Amino acid sequence: MIDDAPSAGRIRWGWFIAWVILMAVLPLVFDDTHTLSLMAITALAGLSLALMWGYAGILSFGHAAYFGLGAYTYAIAAVNFGESTVPVLLSILVPALLAAAIGAMMFWGRIGDVYLGVITLVVSLILFKFMNATAGDAYKIGDARLGGFNGIPGFQILNVPGDPSAQIFGVPFYYVIATCLALCYLLCRWILSTAFGRTLVGIRENELRVELLGYDVPAHKTAVFTIGAGMAGLSGAFFAMWAEIVTPGVFALGMSAEMIVWVIAGGLGTLIGPMMGAAALTLLKLMLGQQTVIDNSLVLGAIMVIVVLLIPKGIVPTVAGWRGRRERSVASRRGQASGRKRRAPTSAAGAGTGSAP
Amino acid sequence: MSEPVVETRDLSMRFGGVVAVNHVSFTLRERELRCLIGPNGAGKSTFFKCLTGQLDPGHGGGRVLVRGQDVTGWRPYRIVRLGVGIKTQVPSVMNGLTVLENLWVSARRIHGKTGADGAVEEVVSELELAPIVRRQVGELGHGQRQMVELGMVLAQRPWLVLLDEPAAGLTGAELERLVGAIRRINQTAAVVVVDHDMHFVRMLDSLVTVFHQGSILIEGPADAVLSDAKVREVYIGSRAA
Amino acid sequence: MDYAAIVFLEIVYMIAFLALASAGLAVVFGMMRVINLAHGEFVMLGGYTTLACVQAGINVYVAMLVIAPIVVGLIGLVIERLVIRHLYGRMIDTMLATWGLSLLLVGIVTLIFGSSAVGVPTPIPGYTLGAYQMGGYNLFIIALAAVVMVGMWVVLRHTRLGLIARGAMQNPEVASALGYDPKKVYMATFAIGAALAGLAGGALAPLTGLLPSSGGAYIAKTFITVITGGAAVLSGTLSSAVMFGAVNQIVSFASTPVIGEIAMLALAIVLLRLMPQGITGRFFRNST
Repeated sequence: MIDDAPSAGRIRWGWFIAWVILMAVLPLVFDDTHTLSLMAITALAGLSLALMWGYAGILSFGHAAYFGLGAYTYAIAAVNFGESTVPVLLSILVPALLAAAIGAMMFWGRIGDVYLGVITLVVSLILFKFMNATAGDAYKIGDARLGGFNGIPGFQILNVPGDPSAQIFGVPFYYVIATCLALCYLLCRWILSTAFGRTLVGIRENELRVELLGYDVPAHKTAVFTIGAGMAGLSGAFFAMWAEIVTPGVFALGMSAEMIVWVIAGGLGTLIGPMMGAAALTLLKLMLGQQTVIDNSLVLGAIMVIVVLLIPKGIVPTVAGWRGRRERSVASRRGQASGRKRRAPTSAAGAGTGSAP
Repeated sequence: MSEPVVETRDLSMRFGGVVAVNHVSFTLRERELRCLIGPNGAGKSTFFKCLTGQLDPGHGGGRVLVRGQDVTGWRPYRIVRLGVGIKTQVPSVMNGLTVLENLWVSARRIHGKTGADGAVEEVVSELELAPIVRRQVGELGHGQRQMVELGMVLAQRPWLVLLDEPAAGLTGAELERLVGAIRRINQTAAVVVVDHDMHFVRMLDSLVTVFHQGSILIEGPADAVLSDAKVREVYIGSRAA
Repeated sequence: MDYAAIVFLEIVYMIAFLALASAGLAVVFGMMRVINLAHGEFVMLGGYTTLACVQAGINVYVAMLVIAPIVVGLIGLVIERLVIRHLYGRMIDTMLATWGLSLLLVGIVTLIFGSSAVGVPTPIPGYTLGAYQMGGYNLFIIALAAVVMVGMWVVLRHTRLGLIARGAMQNPEVASALGYDPKKVYMATFAIGAALAGLAGGALAPLTGLLPSSGGAYIAKTFITVITGGAAVLSGTLSSAVMFGAVNQIVSFASTPVIGEIAMLALAIVLLRLMPQGITGRFFRNST
């Protein structure tokens, strides 16, 4: 009858292992581990938005809030603790808690998609404005001065748990991030394979119907929102370690916009698409150079407009349509090749993401 | 007299300056079958959505009670968990999943993973869905999607079933099957049907409530109501010749 | 007593500022259900247009009240035809596309004008009220905002144009059956919304320094003003402008301007949560 593990939760182990090997090998081929690390960091952030938007339909216009909060939490905690282990844990927890609170408030109220987007946007704005204004000695948490628009520099970067002097940077740092990325990916796939995950997929297909079947949709959305925020927070912490400084720019609207572009350009409804989109765009940005605001804004803006316009049926249906056609043709080819009557792919559109690792 | 299965007290729903439902008091008894009819804009669908929790009448908008429980302002999932099945005007089904998967998602909530398969099989045979069981719902015709949605509703074995325009777009044979299904459901559950199709309403031959401009115009047996002059006037808009 | 008068004037100024800056967005959102995230950039473009005109020797009032609206209105027209037109009914997609547009516009303006701040001199000098100095220009803004609001009300309620526009929004089929092309109505409405933004930008430019990124400062406040206001164009914008303006200024006076802004944003979240249909979904239901 029904497969126990839905296609959304199925992991194509072949592709996965190939990907892990690729990530492992990259530093040996390219000298610039610094760039590779940033690509992995943004891929993790992209994964978090991919999960909450692509699988639960939550479009957060201010996802940078959780990324930035993770970065700041790490920096502040690192200054106070002098060691990296607890700060990393906090950088996951604090954004998750904020998301849980905001999610609970939003999802149980009868708020439409648009207003949800607005609220998430406003949250990131509040954080941005607040952090920007915290210059001066008066603003500190413990030993950490918040630093206003100059931010917080000079905190402990990643170290071997328990030994602050054993710092991890460069190539080993990249491997830590890549490992976390792979683990988080597996975590997402696992979540999607559970009953909870199947309901999530249903919510993306038709939220009203899932609620009309008696499922507590707000609770599901809040849970995913929380998990996604925690993941974004972790990515923020890594970013803080990578940049060795955190500034209010991590909360900026531009940051949120970039994250959205990763997802819509990479492929809403998949996990891999946004990760690749993030890595590709990060690389593109670095190649264009961080020098002038023009290039970044222009390119980002142009990409956003073009992607939205070129996908006439709206982003999700087109993605689902492509995937549906691809899966059906793959399946029919398989069916013909094997000569046996095979079961058609169960959830080709949207819900079925088994074809991508 | 058994406690009403559904009751609204002075229910009102406004959108901006428009009063769509105007202080409506309505009662439905256990295992009763009722049809709600009325011309376009009469407020029946809005009323329906107040019953399902899709709309919140808000402050001063009256009360909705299900088996004595005040559910005014409750979200739909809480109302459904009381044992209510809901089918919406535009079939809300999961297009990207197969018929089987749609039914299974519904059945799973009540019967758990192990019992779901059995419940799904029962529904499939009841509604004769076997031929399309592995088809993707997004590819099905309108009438078939209606039946799939009905199946999802039934898979949870509700004791109150709310159907909004279940007959829309159905062929003659499908209509017969629908009427049969509704009669079977009615043996164990109260049913409210909102529809336009007079032929279908006559086939059901139940008590009928007529809505007009947000209020209840008249209530009575199908034959009596459908031949009532006031009702004709409301539908045709002029005095019957 | 003088202090109270100053505080009162500052509050009224803030309300006027919000109302004026949000007018264009309110027209576009209230009438077309389009959320134009590039609205801040339209305002910014109005400022830069005024700057360019002033630098070219044109009278500042002509620049800000006539030329800026026309120029930005035309830009809005082009954008409507190229981008917005294809996305009607798709609110989220429109938000994304206009967000992209805002980034594009910032990039283009930076290319043309450079990224350093420029100032436009205030044409009206300050005056004193008892022991306090007050910007005279602020009074001009208050007056301008009032004129714009009244003008909008008159046009929407009492002219054929307004009636046709409102009708076409409600029911495009009826409008076209009556001989009015809904597409032209949408185009004109969007252009007018852009023109209003340009007007606001031109008028407000002397008060805030001009940067390509100035738009960002406007979008947040105008956005929440319009969305919280709800569907009614005028009463919605006014009621939320009053609420936010008052809160912003009062909290600013009590602590710091940043806290005032944050208080305003936090209030927006609370209001959106409590009134998902906006203020005019709950109160003032039948207004324009």
